Amino acid sequence: MEKKYFKSIEELRVDTSRTIDIHAKGDKHFILQAEKESAALPPTSRRDFLKAFGFTIASAAVVSSCEQPVRKAIPFLIQPEGIVPGKASYYASTFFDGIDYCSVLVKVRDGRPIKIEGNNLSSVTKGGTNARTQASVLNLYDNIRYKNPLKEGAESSWDLVDGEIVSKLRQISSRNGKIVLLTPTIISPSTKAAIAEFVAAFPGAEAVTYDVASASGMLQANELSFGKAFIPSYRFDKADFIVSFDADFLGSWLSPIEYTKLYMQNRRLTDGKKTMSRHIHYEGAMSLTGSNADYRIQLRPSQQKLALAHLLNELKRLSGQPATQLPAISHDMSDLASNLMKHRGKALVVSGSNSKDEQLLVNEINHLLDSYGNTIETDVELKTRQGIDSKMATLVDEMNAGKVAALLVMDVNPAYDYPKANEFAEGLKKVELSVSLNFAQDETSALTTYVCPDHHYLEAWNDAEVKTGYYSLSQPAIRPIFNTRSAQESLLRWSGNTDDFRHYIQNWWEKNLFTANDQHLLFTSFWNQKLHDGVYESAKRETDPYVYNPLPAEAVMQKAAAATLPDSIDLVFYTNVSVGTGKHANNPWLQELPDPVTKVCWDNYLMISPKLAGEMGISDEQLVEVNGLSLPALIQPGQEYKTLAVALGYGRQNAGVPANGVGQNAYALLQAEDGNISYVLSGVTPNPQSGTFALARTQTHHSLEGRELLRETTLEEYLEKPNAGNEAHEKAEHHMKTLYPPVEIDGLHWGMAIDLNACTGCNACVVACSAENNVPVVGKEQVMAAREMHWIRIDRYYKGDEHDPEVIRQPVMCQHCDNAPCENVCPVAATTHSNEGLNQMAYNRCIGTRYCANNCPYKVRRFNYLDYTGADAFKGNRYDPTEMTTDLRRLVLNPDVTVRAKGVIEKCSFCVQRIQDKKLQAKNENRQLRDGEIIPACGQACPADAIVFGNLNDKNSKVSQYFASERNYHLLEEIHTLPSVGYLTKVKNRTV
Amino acid sequence: MYVSPIREPLIKGSKDYGQVTKDILSPMAGKPSKYWYMGITLSGTAALFGAWATFVTVYYGIGTWGLNKTIGWAWDITNFVWWVGIGHAGTFISAILLLFRQKWRTSINRSAEAMTLMAIAMAGFFPLIHMGRLLLGFFIFPYPNTRALWVNFNSPLLWDVFAITTYLLVSLIFWYVGLIPDLGTVRDKATGKIKKAIYGFLSFGWTGSVRQWTRHETVSLILAGLAAPLVFSVHTIVSFDFATSVIPGWHTTIFPPYFVSGAVFSGFAMVLTLLIVARKALNLEEYITIGHIENMNKVIIITGSIVGIAYITEFFIAWYSGVEYEMYTFVNRATGPYAWAYWIMMTCNVITPQLFWIKKIRTNVVATFIISIFVNIGMWFERFVIVVTSLHRDYLPSSWSMYKPTFVEVALFVGTLGIFFTLFLLFIRVFPVIAIAEVKSVLKSAGENKKELHHE
Repeated sequence: MEKKYFKSIEELRVDTSRTIDIHAKGDKHFILQAEKESAALPPTSRRDFLKAFGFTIASAAVVSSCEQPVRKAIPFLIQPEGIVPGKASYYASTFFDGIDYCSVLVKVRDGRPIKIEGNNLSSVTKGGTNARTQASVLNLYDNIRYKNPLKEGAESSWDLVDGEIVSKLRQISSRNGKIVLLTPTIISPSTKAAIAEFVAAFPGAEAVTYDVASASGMLQANELSFGKAFIPSYRFDKADFIVSFDADFLGSWLSPIEYTKLYMQNRRLTDGKKTMSRHIHYEGAMSLTGSNADYRIQLRPSQQKLALAHLLNELKRLSGQPATQLPAISHDMSDLASNLMKHRGKALVVSGSNSKDEQLLVNEINHLLDSYGNTIETDVELKTRQGIDSKMATLVDEMNAGKVAALLVMDVNPAYDYPKANEFAEGLKKVELSVSLNFAQDETSALTTYVCPDHHYLEAWNDAEVKTGYYSLSQPAIRPIFNTRSAQESLLRWSGNTDDFRHYIQNWWEKNLFTANDQHLLFTSFWNQKLHDGVYESAKRETDPYVYNPLPAEAVMQKAAAATLPDSIDLVFYTNVSVGTGKHANNPWLQELPDPVTKVCWDNYLMISPKLAGEMGISDEQLVEVNGLSLPALIQPGQEYKTLAVALGYGRQNAGVPANGVGQNAYALLQAEDGNISYVLSGVTPNPQSGTFALARTQTHHSLEGRELLRETTLEEYLEKPNAGNEAHEKAEHHMKTLYPPVEIDGLHWGMAIDLNACTGCNACVVACSAENNVPVVGKEQVMAAREMHWIRIDRYYKGDEHDPEVIRQPVMCQHCDNAPCENVCPVAATTHSNEGLNQMAYNRCIGTRYCANNCPYKVRRFNYLDYTGADAFKGNRYDPTEMTTDLRRLVLNPDVTVRAKGVIEKCSFCVQRIQDKKLQAKNENRQLRDGEIIPACGQACPADAIVFGNLNDKNSKVSQYFASERNYHLLEEIHTLPSVGYLTKVKNRTV
Repeated sequence: MYVSPIREPLIKGSKDYGQVTKDILSPMAGKPSKYWYMGITLSGTAALFGAWATFVTVYYGIGTWGLNKTIGWAWDITNFVWWVGIGHAGTFISAILLLFRQKWRTSINRSAEAMTLMAIAMAGFFPLIHMGRLLLGFFIFPYPNTRALWVNFNSPLLWDVFAITTYLLVSLIFWYVGLIPDLGTVRDKATGKIKKAIYGFLSFGWTGSVRQWTRHETVSLILAGLAAPLVFSVHTIVSFDFATSVIPGWHTTIFPPYFVSGAVFSGFAMVLTLLIVARKALNLEEYITIGHIENMNKVIIITGSIVGIAYITEFFIAWYSGVEYEMYTFVNRATGPYAWAYWIMMTCNVITPQLFWIKKIRTNVVATFIISIFVNIGMWFERFVIVVTSLHRDYLPSSWSMYKPTFVEVALFVGTLGIFFTLFLLFIRVFPVIAIAEVKSVLKSAGENKKELHHE
């Protein structure tokens, strides 16, 4: 065998020598071919190498120097059932914060609740929402939420706090010490059961209800009139003649979403309806409801009681009863009385006063008008206000007297919103055990020893009975973000019940509701159905026989007869549609929401009548001191001569950014009258001060300048001529001629119709739009610079003289003009027209010339002047004074909508993401889109159903029918922009 | 060529060719004066100030300006149009007056053209910075790309891009072509080796042969023919930014002629402002005579009057149109919150230039200087009135708003003024401020010595 030397194993195994051998032997054919091949190839020289080398290095350097953001997409390890990434799920739930009730659907994307929608299945709110309901999803991601239970301000654990609290409670209970659980009105039957269990577990325990927006005067009045403290159901839909004495029922009174729905049912003139209710509103300060009334009559709040007495007198006279001799007032009530009598059985009188006496008079008036059983239902009670003010006062006195050993606060914040907050805080120091069950940082929790944070309502199980027989459920839409625990579960745990609250609710429903139902045989199917629907409406009604007792009202009449009428200045306290009582003050969406009347956001102020301001030499934004509170003045047209008004809910001190220090806390000025908190303070003296304080307003010009932008008419004229007030439309149509070929859009052509008669200006749409479209919050400074970003705004104009103007409103968003002035001026074609008639924005193509914004006659385009969102490429230039771009708050962003960067124009897109979603759904189901299937966020949120959206090419669609109406017109139609938004004229039921 | 003996001589002081060369090149020789150093320090500081403002704008965004949801343009576009307007005199003087054989232009065309170029460069800066994101400026060019993105040829802003770049390029070439023979002269007179080499390169080997002169003349004439319509087209297109929109106060068919005459008006005013200082500082009073100043003042009267009539016509048409928005806009201009700006404009543009009807005033250097400054201010306010007062109260009263400039915006404007003057100061050190060859060409027919000969 040949001896073989090898250098490596490879050499040994692979016989490399052989191939070499062949060539070495001189295979001419091979050599020739190789030469030929090498000749065909371009010669590779050293230079070529260097070139290639240089190029490679250079391109590698260039490519590697462009930093690519690392994006991680982590798939589910185990795909949860029913969750498709990128597809939204909706869960029915219930919003109740102790003030507003709303049955909702929670839109959840990839495990995050991002939007609240109204639930159509509820016959209370009927799919409507309000601004606070819409904004409540942002509270889930509030930066100031408690992340753990706290003991004396330091982080603790549930075991520890539970152990200590229970032992202390037992100890207190064993020596018969007083334990008080302070809650707002509870409408949840299961929570009530849990509280009852807690009270039973600790003898000496007591639950006290404390309502910030109190209706205890009404509860007491009804107790006197009917023998039961309750709030009836007001049927604004059945009333043809509505008289409201300072009851802001479209904005803040009792159940505004429900009332807006009902009120509009009898006001809308679409679908061939030819009648509408007449609404007369008496008030001192200008409110949302007052500004929507057919007749708004100025009445100083301190004279309201006497005015009601006069009205009652007149009614008595008309029905042949003896009248009482009363001191004269400036208002003649006889006309009103005879009108009311004409509508007997179809009339409704309401009062927003928290005075028991006034409510007694209102009861008597409604009794005389046969309202009970017709426009007021007594067998269905509204449960959202149950607190009696005097009980809270007693509690604070007892606390200060050292009689209360333990105080547990649950979802209330008296250290901020109780008029005698200082007394409460002092009293709290004398309480041995203080526990807060609030879910986020606030003034009260800062004073308690223990904080046992509750879930946010979107993380928790709960139920509600808002009205007799109208039940609804809350379910978690997200796993608790922090180490929190449902407050009810905390109570149960401390009472020794280890049941979880979901199971507890189920038990309660099985025992109390399932038994009465006749549709489901199994509880599981009953439960699943109700949980799916979010609501359960049983036929349960109150059975107590209501017998009206006129004597208490008579006693009030006698009192009124002896009353003297002081000519003093009144100060009215009101809650607005944005921050309301201040509970949601730390919500940037709400803080930036312009007030529907004054168009001011980010502050409260002192509303003052032009006449009084003129007399006292007070100018707009001048600081005025009233009862120790220094507020900027806001001269409000239509304000009663000697009425001042200030919004509650501002001046939070311990609510985080941005609520802290916004406005002044006016709660301290509230005083009790007959034990009930009065929202009117008589005999105040405003003292003008030297300084001024700038307010942020989204609208600074308030007159239409005689322009036919907002067309209106009266019912009489409308019945005579359906296009009354809209004559300009015909003229504009007549002049509509163009040299260019007409715009034709085949297939789908999106359009929107807005019924100005329905829109109340409640602002729910504005918040809904911000939530849906990731609209940035810019803060007070930027609003003052007129740079708010809202895609939809509600223009408010005054008509007539400044002392008694009419108010008209108009929601304005991108009009999606088919001949859009913005589109042809963009040099880079960043805004274009879609083949479905949408005016669309390509954000990453926009270079920010702002020419489109200038050339938009509607001024609906918004420019990102600064890096409001953190989406800018430069670091360190973010402008976010409201802390909207923290990691937590950003969880609310809608992943379907691009977050816009600095230097980019944005505007209403008709919620194009919703359009695409429904189109895709229809395509997958192999069917045509249905009319009304696509609802933009604003239309979804609207409690008045003022916004209709659909396909204009479908002649049967609702929007086409609205467009065909004689009331329809387009904003600035005379400049031939061909908008896809139509407005229906406003019709007021008044005789001019 | 026959020149009427009554005409004033265009060049005073009985110069010969050698003297002309010496006089005109004298500002370039030796060390600059302390006034020059003071000037360039001041303007350089202003330019740095502008650079800071540019950084702030790009880094933080347009939010550092005073604009809002209603008013999307203010100082930015005002400055843009103002600078473009100023950039109109140079080409008007060299091209239109060349075609009309106005010999007096020879003393002023060089510096006027240089000023034009600098002004156009300053003007071009504002459309870029007003987007806030300078880095995306290239989006406005129709370049081929894989994403099939294209520009919108319907947009007047795009027309601007083409109009301004064309104007800048043609003006630059025209100016440089005119400069070549003089650069040859500078090269020949240069003492240093490096200087000689640089000017030698810049003069493209100019020898002054007859053939070169013929070609030079031909090219000049062709370029003049090309540039002349540009004088009208550029500002016409700039006016389209407004005229093609729907905003009352912008949507006006009178804008093209009104803008062009306004541009020539402001351009001449700026030329006067600069040259009145320059002729004194550089001892060129014999070349830029009172006669030149008077001629320019006459142009100012004419264009100023056209502008004045345009203002009045706008009012008439607003009333005659019967459009309520249009009527309101014009009443608002004269009586609204920005009425002060309107009346500054009216005073500076319509009233003060009328003083030039008086011969004493139009031949008075100090009065001319003051009025030229007035016109500069008035024309700035004209653009401010058009841009801001039209926008601040347009169709929907709910969106009406007010505008106040910020420090950054002012700094940007001051910055462009700084760069402008810096460039002008460098220009007078580097290039002959008067076209030597062209002055020489009129010396024989319109110089003082020629006149004297005639008289004898």
